[in-house]
Amino acid sequence: MDSIGNFFSEYGALLFEKTWEHLFISFAALALGVIVAVPLGILLVRLPKIAGLIMGIAGVVQTFPSLAILAFFIPLLGIGKVPAIVALFLYSMLPILRNTYIGVKNVDPNLLEASRGMGMTAFQRTTRVELPLAVPVIMAGIRMTAVYLIGWATLASFIGGGGLGDFIFDGLNLFRPDLIIGGAVPVTLLAILLDWILGKLEKAATPLGIRLERGEA
Amino acid sequence: MLVFDNVSKVYAGGKRAVDHLNLEIEEGEFVCLIGPSGCGKTTTMKMINRLVRPTEGKILLNGENLLDKNVVELRRSIGYVIQQIGLFPHMTIRDNIALVPRLKGMPAEERNGRAEELMELVNMPKEFLDRYPHELSGGQQQRIGVLRALASDPPLILMDEPFGALDPITRDSLQAEFKHLQQTLGKTIIFVTHDMDEALKLADKVVIMRAGKIVQVGSPDEILRNPADEFVEDFIGKERLAQARQQLQTVGQIMNPDPVSVGMGETLSQAVKIMRRRRVDSLLVTDGAGVFRGWVTVEMIERHKNWDAAVADIMETDVPTVRADTLLRDATRNILVRGLKYVPVVDDRKHLAGILTRTSLVDVLYDSVWGDAEDESSGMADGEGA
Repeated sequence: MDSIGNFFSEYGALLFEKTWEHLFISFAALALGVIVAVPLGILLVRLPKIAGLIMGIAGVVQTFPSLAILAFFIPLLGIGKVPAIVALFLYSMLPILRNTYIGVKNVDPNLLEASRGMGMTAFQRTTRVELPLAVPVIMAGIRMTAVYLIGWATLASFIGGGGLGDFIFDGLNLFRPDLIIGGAVPVTLLAILLDWILGKLEKAATPLGIRLERGEA
Repeated sequence: MLVFDNVSKVYAGGKRAVDHLNLEIEEGEFVCLIGPSGCGKTTTMKMINRLVRPTEGKILLNGENLLDKNVVELRRSIGYVIQQIGLFPHMTIRDNIALVPRLKGMPAEERNGRAEELMELVNMPKEFLDRYPHELSGGQQQRIGVLRALASDPPLILMDEPFGALDPITRDSLQAEFKHLQQTLGKTIIFVTHDMDEALKLADKVVIMRAGKIVQVGSPDEILRNPADEFVEDFIGKERLAQARQQLQTVGQIMNPDPVSVGMGETLSQAVKIMRRRRVDSLLVTDGAGVFRGWVTVEMIERHKNWDAAVADIMETDVPTVRADTLLRDATRNILVRGLKYVPVVDDRKHLAGILTRTSLVDVLYDSVWGDAEDESSGMADGEGA
């Protein structure tokens, strides 16, 4: 217990700072991912001809080794937080895009027909029918992506992005298991915590009628 | 109210779903579009709320071309009910019903009142308004689907096989309920179905379609009485036609047109001679002009003894008659309820036209059960009666 106490007295302030950096990088990437991928996913449902192509490209991006992507952005964006966020944002695209696309596409076509026939505008159909019904699937994608991003964000350290990765890689370089554990445990805790919070959010965002229908309320 | 003027719909690939269709629909009419699947009935209906755009021709609603109207406004002014019900699972029953009023900007309080009013209309408890669609049975859900279409009080409602997915008992009760509702509210209904029983039960006007064209338009009775061609006959079905023919048969068609009658001035002895010759126990009495006056039976003559008296003196004048153009089903009830052996048939000027006996009714019954195998004229033999 003493050693833990010592670790905190020595690295506590730094740990706090790095945790904050870590969250910042992850959330920035996630926010960009949501802002871009959710509307794009809705749009792709309207454009079935190019949907396959875009989803394919997003799938290919996902297979690039994460280190390679990070390294790839150094010549373009230099080092630091910006290239790290951009790289992680690219990674977050696919799961959010795919879930949004599937969620919206799987909305019962009869409901869309009914809403069209009753005189909803295209915008109203999206905001009042498609999105509320697709929310559970979209939110599940965002939640999964957030957990991944917390893990991936450790790699930001490689290109000077900071975050808890700094602890882990310093520990590796200096043969200091305490630093590795001191970085890895907070990452894990963050991931678990975020998963739990987003789980609550997912439930809150799902319309009551849908939750009742599934027997979840 | 609604006019289809030479309307066609050609889909990409050249399939003609609707082919030069002309149709006129009056206000307050219940119109059923019916035909086998792929006949264009649904396409025809969906052109009215512009879910499908006609390739040629025009559709006029109250004299205005539909294509000149704002499509969103147009749809909000037409009720729409689909087969799969299509209630929004994430909205309460209240929100589902009040959807179109809400789109039109009706204030919440007014919407609420409207939803409650509509629930009363179909005798559903107001508590249902706060439930969600999945908590209701299929029949209840489709009742709500109908109410949703009625919510903004549109004069015209389109219905696409709305009762098709329900079990037969629920379907029957909803049909009856809806027909009543339609008559009370005076709505014009365009109703797509492939169920002939449903069409005959509900429609004022049945439009039978095949391969994008109208084969026949008419009231259910007209169509049953005079199917336009073999296709319509097949589509209605032999059994239903036979049943309908029987239902729509008039007394004149099956009566014995040659009843045994006697002039009212004749003497009883002459009457008895006629009876003996024709082997009957009663005679219908007519005056000089052929107007039916009453009847006389062998018992009445026997009781009277004086065979020189005129038939007019002893005849029974308080006799039920039936007109030749009465539907057989109505006449049958009359005969059965009163326990009559026969009824004299008269024309519109009260002239004796024939006689309807139980034997003739039995023949009709045999025909409908076993077909026309026997000689049709057996009714002439008249085992009982005149």
